[in-house]
Amino acid sequence: MSRLIVGPFNRVEGDLEVELTLRDGFVSSARVTAPMYRGFEQILQGKLPGDALVYVPRICGICSVSQSVAASRALAQLAGAEPAVNGLIATNLILAVENLADHLSHFYLFFMPDFCREIYSDRDWHAQARERFLPDSGESVRLALQARQRWMTMLGILAGKWPHTQTVDPGGSTRALDASERMKLQTRLREFRMFLETRFFAAPLEEVSALSTQKALLARWSEPEGTGDFGLFLHIARDLDLQQLGRGPGRYLSYGAYPLADGGLLMPSGVWREDGWRLDPLDCQSITEDATHAWLHQNGGALHPFTGLTLPDAEKADAYTWNKAPRLAGEVVETGALARQLAAGQPLLRAAVASGGGTVYTRVLARMMELATVVPAMETWLEQLEPEAPYCRPFSLPHSGQAVGLNEAARGSLGHWLRVEGGRIVNYQIIAPTSWNFSPRDAAGQPGALEQALAGAPMRQGETTPVAVQHIVRSFDPCMVCTVH
Amino acid sequence: MSTIKQTLNVLWLQSGGCGGCSMSLLCADTTDFHGHLRAAGIELLWHPSLSLASGSELLTLLQDIVDGRLRLDALCLEGAMLRGPGGTGRFHLLAGTGQPMIDWVRRLAPLARDVLAIGSCAAWGGVSAGGGNPTDACGLQYDDDRVGGLLGFDFRARSGLPVINVAGCPTHPDWVVSTLMGLAQGKLGSDDLDALGRPRSYADQLVHHGCTRNEYYEFKASATRPSDLGCMMEHLGCKGTQVHADCNIRLWNGEGSCTRGGYACIACTEPGFQEPGHAFLTTPKVAGIPIGLPTDMPKAWFVALASLSKSATPKRVKLNATSDHLVVKPAVRKTRLS
Repeated sequence: MSRLIVGPFNRVEGDLEVELTLRDGFVSSARVTAPMYRGFEQILQGKLPGDALVYVPRICGICSVSQSVAASRALAQLAGAEPAVNGLIATNLILAVENLADHLSHFYLFFMPDFCREIYSDRDWHAQARERFLPDSGESVRLALQARQRWMTMLGILAGKWPHTQTVDPGGSTRALDASERMKLQTRLREFRMFLETRFFAAPLEEVSALSTQKALLARWSEPEGTGDFGLFLHIARDLDLQQLGRGPGRYLSYGAYPLADGGLLMPSGVWREDGWRLDPLDCQSITEDATHAWLHQNGGALHPFTGLTLPDAEKADAYTWNKAPRLAGEVVETGALARQLAAGQPLLRAAVASGGGTVYTRVLARMMELATVVPAMETWLEQLEPEAPYCRPFSLPHSGQAVGLNEAARGSLGHWLRVEGGRIVNYQIIAPTSWNFSPRDAAGQPGALEQALAGAPMRQGETTPVAVQHIVRSFDPCMVCTVH
Repeated sequence: MSTIKQTLNVLWLQSGGCGGCSMSLLCADTTDFHGHLRAAGIELLWHPSLSLASGSELLTLLQDIVDGRLRLDALCLEGAMLRGPGGTGRFHLLAGTGQPMIDWVRRLAPLARDVLAIGSCAAWGGVSAGGGNPTDACGLQYDDDRVGGLLGFDFRARSGLPVINVAGCPTHPDWVVSTLMGLAQGKLGSDDLDALGRPRSYADQLVHHGCTRNEYYEFKASATRPSDLGCMMEHLGCKGTQVHADCNIRLWNGEGSCTRGGYACIACTEPGFQEPGHAFLTTPKVAGIPIGLPTDMPKAWFVALASLSKSATPKRVKLNATSDHLVVKPAVRKTRLS
């Protein structure tokens, strides 16, 4: 038995350390450490509630809009406000641009480069992987960064800039669009669709989103060449059996994504359970955070975020991270694109999870499915904007009250719990997607989702640091600056 | 590359920040990000989001720099320096090393030819130093608006320059790339930095310059609610007439800026912007007059001009100012003499 500390873990957002216990060529247990603390929850205490919209996007430079959206929903609930319909649609567009850019960055910048490593030099796809995915010279990386740069110009129009916009407002959006700007956005959407349909999928998006079985997927994308970067990923995934690697807890949380003008959601909320094979309704009252293994004050056990506290205690014994352990009715859950696809009942993802569980392969596949389904939704939303109707409605905040803002970020379920007294914030607690996925053990000793997923990861011949660990960690697309904020 | 004798070796590290300046960098206006850097002679030794090397590979690289085996030309630091708790730096231990990031920065900075603070957190402390500053965050060479910070008043990089503050929250990709290009070409000296150590290439402008709301500003036709088209200085907290940055000339993400996005300039390139002493999106006033008047403008002049221009505001400008789309179009006129 030996111990190994892996870090700094790059190609994730923020700093990350993982401690592994190795036995007989496998990881037998893991502890995940978020090594940086900034204290946003402390910074927000005493602030004017509206000023949260300046601070919270700056929690995270990669999911900045997601933070703004969660805060603005909390403030809207506090005020009893409804956003203007145009503003609701514009906010969905802004959020979708960020979320899909994150999926693209994850695939090309964070996840695929690991297949260029020398440890894989004996695989038949290795040369192809290096040609496409070497970070500084890969041809696909170059084209993806180009597509991403162009894609983000949508936010120049919709949101002034990215990251850290103030356009997202509880009353809607502060940026009204005219007819010509809408056309410009349609052009940009088409360019992104082109990139996905030529370079990425090498197929129409509708062909991807209609997939319902693994068999159909593998029949269509059976070759590593001529099937886009998606096809090469599938080829590698089959060769390395990524469908069996990094199995999570088997429970999947989604708060529901993209509220629509008719009151529905593009993707529903709920908890998908592999045991029972069903979607349970979401019960936010059962969410708690446990600080047993965090360098934070314990404050009397696991607490709901309305009453939770975030206060450093750097010398605490048995602590190994700045992250608390969020739990849903005491259970460990996994969140992200896979949870959203399972809640939405997407047949291919349900079939893939039925055969192999929530693993490196299914997590990546779910993001790809989201690229294929959300771009067409955005095309529809753009059509729904009414040029001369209002984008933002006035609202007024009460002097006291409490509210919650829930959102699905690229990486999963994000919640802001806010309590106001005398016109000032008295408590602001944030649970980010990677707070769930990369949680430490709780008081009962249950390891978090990543910690469970790492157990059983194999060492390859000649390895000092198992590359499998790199794949498993990055398959969650962790955002460490959100995790501990 | 005739002007470049050797590549500029760049090491990019992150600490007490959000990573948004790196994400902003990836929005640089080029169709070939890495090719652009290469052609400019900029060699990224390591970047958190852009390098294959991880874990022990990075630690070896850091040791090579410390031991003098690898030349470090530009050390780019993103995020604030977290000195707490109690001066230990425990709020950020660099993963895999068990050592405080502030110690790594103290060790590496004197070895670099130039040191760059990327973004307002690294420059002054920024949002990470907000509220009661729970982590005792500061900038590389500033603690809020006071010179000092982690590296101290007297720090000079090997080039002789103080820390170059590429401030902004986030910083603009082009501010970073053009500063690195200037260093690679040996064309960035002390005269190219402003009084706060910011590259003058962007800090000699005001956000007001090029603002699309300037006609509203001229007539003091003011927005009263978010999404209104009018000038946001009088009511909505906009500081664009005082803030150093070329955001409305060198646009963001193609054609954006804060004011074009329908919200105030909150002075994110300036030290202390995170604690303005008033609600961010409400203009503080004394006797109805905004406290923060345009830079270089005497108050009496401003008051006189404002009252004159308010009384002369065309109906079109006045009505459009409080609407989210044009309600009165400009009249069509002949523009030639005959």
